Amino acid sequence: MTRTHVTEQGWNEAVGRLAGGHVTLLSLWADAGNVLMALLEGDDVRLLNYACVGGRYPSVGAQHPPAIRLERAIRDLHGLEAAGAPDTRPWLDHGVWRGKARAPYDFLPADGEGLHQIPVGPVHAGIIEPGHFRFTANGEHVVRLEERLGYVHKGIEKLMEGASLDAAAKLAGRTSGDSSVAYSNAFALAVETALQIKAPPRAQYLRALMAELERLANHFGDIGAICNDAAFALIHAQTGVLRERVLRAAQVCFGHRLMMDMIVPGGVAHDLAQEGPGALRALLVEVRKRFPRLIELYDNTASLQDRTVNTGVVRGDYARQFGAGGFVGRASGRDFDARRNLVYSPYDALKFDVPVLEAGDVNARVWVRIREVEQSLALIEQILERLPGGPILAVLEGKGASCEGLAFAESFRGDLLVWLRLDDGGKIARCHLRDASWFQWPLLEAAIDGNIVADFPLCNKSFNCSYSGHDL
Amino acid sequence: MRRTLFENMTHKVLTEKAPAPDEAALAELAANVNRTARAKLGRSLSIRQVDAGSCNGCELEIHALNNAFYDLERFGLHFVASPRHADVLMVTGPVTKNMREALERTYNATPDPKWVVAVGACAADGGVFAGSYAVAGGVKDVIPVDLHIRGCPPTPYELLKGLVSLLEGFGRSRR
Repeated sequence: MTRTHVTEQGWNEAVGRLAGGHVTLLSLWADAGNVLMALLEGDDVRLLNYACVGGRYPSVGAQHPPAIRLERAIRDLHGLEAAGAPDTRPWLDHGVWRGKARAPYDFLPADGEGLHQIPVGPVHAGIIEPGHFRFTANGEHVVRLEERLGYVHKGIEKLMEGASLDAAAKLAGRTSGDSSVAYSNAFALAVETALQIKAPPRAQYLRALMAELERLANHFGDIGAICNDAAFALIHAQTGVLRERVLRAAQVCFGHRLMMDMIVPGGVAHDLAQEGPGALRALLVEVRKRFPRLIELYDNTASLQDRTVNTGVVRGDYARQFGAGGFVGRASGRDFDARRNLVYSPYDALKFDVPVLEAGDVNARVWVRIREVEQSLALIEQILERLPGGPILAVLEGKGASCEGLAFAESFRGDLLVWLRLDDGGKIARCHLRDASWFQWPLLEAAIDGNIVADFPLCNKSFNCSYSGHDL
Repeated sequence: MRRTLFENMTHKVLTEKAPAPDEAALAELAANVNRTARAKLGRSLSIRQVDAGSCNGCELEIHALNNAFYDLERFGLHFVASPRHADVLMVTGPVTKNMREALERTYNATPDPKWVVAVGACAADGGVFAGSYAVAGGVKDVIPVDLHIRGCPPTPYELLKGLVSLLEGFGRSRR
């Protein structure tokens, strides 16, 4: 993917097309005094480059709100200003990186009679990641939720600069631990695109196998956790067992429960163990025996449905405007899946459906996951049937010149984007990783509007956005 | 639902045998844990988990401790929602500079006697994130640590071994 260099006029035209809903924003990032914007037009990806003048570029967020947090992050990390930006508060930078005290943060105001604020986090009550939620409520009803993120910012993109491919691949795989496979996959694909090589066919199939195992494990975890937040512990206990069985199968197949560092640029680091196919077939049998009964239970429990139906509705137009991926987008009618729309091997050779619902509530996000579990099971079956033989790792040859690559992978929570530029020595000059959560977190603020405070954990769990993937 | 519940009573239990304590962890504890304090707590400990900057991989495996296979609560260990209810802080991640103050405040909010268990490669020394402008270091660089459980992420079995050592450490000191 080569960059199209645009003038201010060309940049603003693209912003106009974003605001008009003709194209979808895939990401916005900075590279050496330039700002890059990846756009989705139909199923085609375009990459625009604007060379900043005096450290400034025309704001995208001024007309297209999904870009606002990305612009705030660009300013925090690269010092480039979005001219005309509607929100100039820092985002990832809490003011402490250079040894100073925490900077005060101005939350957006909410005026009205009888309003009170509830500050929650960054340390939460469960075993979850840190972030701050500021609720303004009238009694039980939420009138405004504002998120304050960035607590787990580790400086991943900066650590990657100058790193070898091996070191950078390890960092990519730890951007969001629950999506380790998807990140490693997207990173490897981006490197391979830059170097114009392809992983061997067997490696491509093994990558897909790992990706579907990761999706299964996370969906089981999520479905159970959502039910648990509605105080229905039985399903949580049962899906917890299914999740554990998936991770144990992964351990048998690849020697690591979360399959970290198994996907590397050029292929995969670990071939499928001899006992792998047997363990996977046993897993499929077990899941197909247990899971349908749990779905039936979910569907027939009125007290559970009472909590999930019509709760935390994401409007379809918001899902499309923000280009929300994964179950958040697909539960609100956005029919997009990187495996199908931005097709990458071996998904072009595999048969699967992309379930899409319209209701946009917690219930719809549960059902999209349920349907995706069924699709992943079918995909694992196909992969086992067709798994080609041959090598699992291609030789990486540096190009001896600077080169760039852009790639996508569908994580369990939506599409990930990885863009990178390699220097002439084959090291990372710059790498940008965009989690699916960037375009989902803002919708959570909208989804909770008008709901009661007690339903927030349920809404939040049904989104299950990544803090680490977002904070980088 | 009845069928699922009934099966749970008739089928064999999934919960697995308890692991032996980790000898290295025992040695670390012997040096760190105050004897009189151990005697007060016995074998029931409340754990407050704090993510100080992890990639969330450790959280996934800590969660797994509660599933039927590992069933952490059979040991008298359970997770609580507030540091004010906790005896043990279980901290993951490199400590990011943005989380440093929250971790210190959580530590200060935990009543004495208390122990800190640092979980994962990052919690030990920053792991792959060490040296970043945004990272303060491992957990011990911010608050005192009594026990390290290593791994990226440590498996639930390794976590269990470490935590069983914690209980064992208390038990031995009381004898």
